[in-house]
Amino acid sequence: MSGHESSYTPTNAFTKWLDTRLPLVRFAQDTAINFPTPKNLNYWYTFGGILAVCLVIQILTGIILAMHYEASVDGAFASVERIMRDVPYGWLLRYIHANGASMFFLAVYIHMFRGLYYGSYKAPREVLWILGCVIYLLMMATAFLGYMLPWGQMSYHGANVITSLFGAIPLIGESLQTWILGGPSIGNQTLQRFFSLHYLLPFMIAGAVILHVWALHVPGNNNPTGVEVQDVAKDTVPFHPYYTVKDAFAIVIFLIMFAVFVFYAPNVLGHADNYIEANPLVTPAHIVPEWYLLPFYAILRAITFDLGPIPAKLLGVIFMFAAIAVLFILPWLDTSKVKSMRYRPVAKQFFFGFVAVCLLLGWCGAANPDDAVIPALQGDPKLVVSYTADGQEATSEYKGGGEAYIDAKRFMESLPADANPSLSAVPAPTFMFRHFSLILTFCYFGFFVLLFFLGLTEKPKELPESIHKSVLKRHKASASAVPAE
Amino acid sequence: MTDTPAHEHGEMIDDDRRNFIHIATGAVAFGGAAMFAWAAVDQWNPAADTKAASALDVDVSKIPLGGEIRVLIGGKPFFVRHRTAAEIAAADSVNVATLRDPETDDARLRPKADGSLNPAILVTSGSCTHLGCVPVGPAQGNTGDFGGWYCPCHGSHYDTSGRIRKGPAPTNLPVPDYNYVSDSVINISL
Repeated sequence: MSGHESSYTPTNAFTKWLDTRLPLVRFAQDTAINFPTPKNLNYWYTFGGILAVCLVIQILTGIILAMHYEASVDGAFASVERIMRDVPYGWLLRYIHANGASMFFLAVYIHMFRGLYYGSYKAPREVLWILGCVIYLLMMATAFLGYMLPWGQMSYHGANVITSLFGAIPLIGESLQTWILGGPSIGNQTLQRFFSLHYLLPFMIAGAVILHVWALHVPGNNNPTGVEVQDVAKDTVPFHPYYTVKDAFAIVIFLIMFAVFVFYAPNVLGHADNYIEANPLVTPAHIVPEWYLLPFYAILRAITFDLGPIPAKLLGVIFMFAAIAVLFILPWLDTSKVKSMRYRPVAKQFFFGFVAVCLLLGWCGAANPDDAVIPALQGDPKLVVSYTADGQEATSEYKGGGEAYIDAKRFMESLPADANPSLSAVPAPTFMFRHFSLILTFCYFGFFVLLFFLGLTEKPKELPESIHKSVLKRHKASASAVPAE
Repeated sequence: MTDTPAHEHGEMIDDDRRNFIHIATGAVAFGGAAMFAWAAVDQWNPAADTKAASALDVDVSKIPLGGEIRVLIGGKPFFVRHRTAAEIAAADSVNVATLRDPETDDARLRPKADGSLNPAILVTSGSCTHLGCVPVGPAQGNTGDFGGWYCPCHGSHYDTSGRIRKGPAPTNLPVPDYNYVSDSVINISL
């Protein structure tokens, strides 16, 4: 907490001299060494430290990769291949950077769900939460810009889909799209501005992280009980060594998992199509973003209907941005005074439902919207013969297996020559991914509406008097369960 | 003048003078920032060479009968197709009223210098009007159910006039701005 008194005393002549000129050591002591931290933080609270490591890894590897990368439509793909084949350890640096983005998002999602579960967005930490949302937005922008740079098929056509979304915004949309593209379509000029911004945004993230940590240090950490620190001596321990060690241990475990991806499955999270150089004339059959953006992609595609004067395309864009915007106003949507879901039996169940909805939305985002969710439940397709009779279009349907095909063929041959018949297989109606995405989209937004009403009606469990008492109670419970040695 | 003594040491503060200096300084700073912002925003727009690359002359006499060429102008794909007599007849014989986006074949052609139409050459955009994929055509061995183009992404079928006949695409393949420079050369621009 910023209110806590500085406990730093310079010991020698040099540190005394420095302390009156630039109190850097005092600042470090007060914010990272002696900072009073609730004594009951669990491992879900180590992801802040893990994220800091992720950002440093991305900036370090990114700066090195930029030394070898060439931002031009003729050179980009080749320069990435050169990094992979010719630059000493280039493959390692690129695989760390590419998988690092995925690890960064994995960690940030756990960090965000942690904040959601323990109510870390509630007063007095609203600004802390909003700054976190800003960082998350910047991360998504950086990831999108960076994915363009290898100039592969998925880079090009993915960027095409996303930039065309901006065109759906009324009035300013078209200018905005032209400004992003810098021309009639994605070209050299687009790649260059994406590279410049991809280099810039991580430093803006770093700036926002400084504000985030500052906003954390004013009220101090939340904790799993959601009860604020009352007695610094009883409820807290100094950050060092207690949490430096705990964070470091978690970071090492996280880095081991990271290394497994880098060394054993470096491309498992990517798309094979991105190892084909971008070709504007050939579109990949199935365009999908990276996994960490899939839930939002699913929401975007779930909206296939117009709402009054709002066309489906714009409505999808509105819902997609609203899915992120709702996080910014979450501190005021949740009306419950109790922070931690530990003491909110009903909200807790909806929280886990919400986690499931987010994961399922990701699954929908990766799937083809017109595919059956459960293919086994889909019936046989029917064969439809379309033809022209007396200047009107007519159709004739056939159901069943091979016999239907023979019947359809026989019918087509019996038609006059000017009927121009064609045969197509129409899949049987079934529960498709776009239906599922739509239901999940309503569940996603429903959770936030629910938090508003739940806070007014839910009867929370009894809160512990203090962090200290909660820890003692838990300790006693586990001590009686396991007999003393 | 509103000279008022401030502080105990009797310094005289001229508020009008101070306000003038503050407003003048602020105005210059704001004006400078606004002018810089203008340049900083306008540079996002297409550069002169990018704009200049948005038109192309295409020699249509080299396209084989029944075939097509695909050209990229400013990164956007366009189809130039040399249609056979059967394909032209198929495009002409359709009852326009039954189409999703009703347009006659003639309305999708541009006149030559002498005012006559050249139905053998059809020029259309190469992006599917559904989600912007590039449809396949005669060179890829699949012209869809109506002999024109087929979009493999979500199954839109276009006829030999580039009109949408089946599938999710809402409109016909748009015809770009183009004109006949000579009998065998067309100029396509965005």
